[in-house]
Amino acid sequence: MANECLTSLRSGNVSVLDTPAPLTALEKCLLNEYQRGFPLSSAPYADIARQLDVNETEVINTLGSLQDRGYISRVGPVFAPQQAGSSTLAAMAVPVKQLETIAAFVSRFDEVNHNYEREHDFNLWFVVTAPDQARVEQVLDEIESGTGIAVLNLPLERAFYIDLGFPLWC
Amino acid sequence: MTGYPQTLSKAQQSGKQLDATDRRIIVATQAGLPLVAAPYDALADQLGLDVEDVLARVAAMQASGIIRRIAAVPNHYALGYTINGMSVWNVTDERISELGRQVGALDYVSHCYHRPRHLPLWPYNLFAMVHGRNSQDVEAKVTGIATLLGEHCRGHEVLYSKRILKKTGLRLKG
Repeated sequence: MANECLTSLRSGNVSVLDTPAPLTALEKCLLNEYQRGFPLSSAPYADIARQLDVNETEVINTLGSLQDRGYISRVGPVFAPQQAGSSTLAAMAVPVKQLETIAAFVSRFDEVNHNYEREHDFNLWFVVTAPDQARVEQVLDEIESGTGIAVLNLPLERAFYIDLGFPLWC
Repeated sequence: MTGYPQTLSKAQQSGKQLDATDRRIIVATQAGLPLVAAPYDALADQLGLDVEDVLARVAAMQASGIIRRIAAVPNHYALGYTINGMSVWNVTDERISELGRQVGALDYVSHCYHRPRHLPLWPYNLFAMVHGRNSQDVEAKVTGIATLLGEHCRGHEVLYSKRILKKTGLRLKG
């Protein structure tokens, strides 16, 4: 699979994503094909080199260069979230004039690890994670009482995804 | 990897089986493996373990779902995927398990969750996160989800990200 990717990239058969800087065929292939299935062996970069018909040093240097330029954040295991504790997704409809103040108030909680502004009446979306459900609810209560704005509590009922990464070039 | 979507409860259950050595491996690898020819040997040396033990424990954590995948993890934002659309869907309750699985299996959906409705303010019970280079790209993918859901969906919206106000990765402390 990966080898086909490299062949088609080299022959120009794949539409190419505009990135802030041009990427080589090998870079694109490493980015696209190793979002899962990175070899779990004592010499994984040599395994990749064999799969792609390049040499091990080239693989290591290319991954290092992608990492230095910020195109990959790391090479390694991706862990499932929520192995312990409790969390929820919450939303608030904040008047635009108050958004900065209220967003900052929400972000100050250590239990808030993601906080996004989104284009909707419900314009502030954040994730609350804590060691237990009681603390999650306490944080939501403190946010409601501190801001005077109702919080929509949308806890996970079930997750449906495999998380295999997603194709960057297709 | 079984090919079936994992549920968090499964990961939570298996999370209870982690021992102290597994936790040390998680702490040592969550920022990435070293880019050297034998990265797991380097990790084993650093932790004072045998490399066979490290490889076996990583394989066991992957089999139990604690490790989802091993990857060269792209920074989507740096690669031009600057838009994320949180698509939200009002799906027939009786069909949500089956349809949620199908939406979650689409390769352009990075996360897919069933969450409660809050009527009348919030009628949506299925969340699917879609990434794109621009809003047209995201919209084309959302159309794909709408087609899949068909008559079982009574409405949807896409909430585009405007600003990341806070984002901290999940980190186990050593």
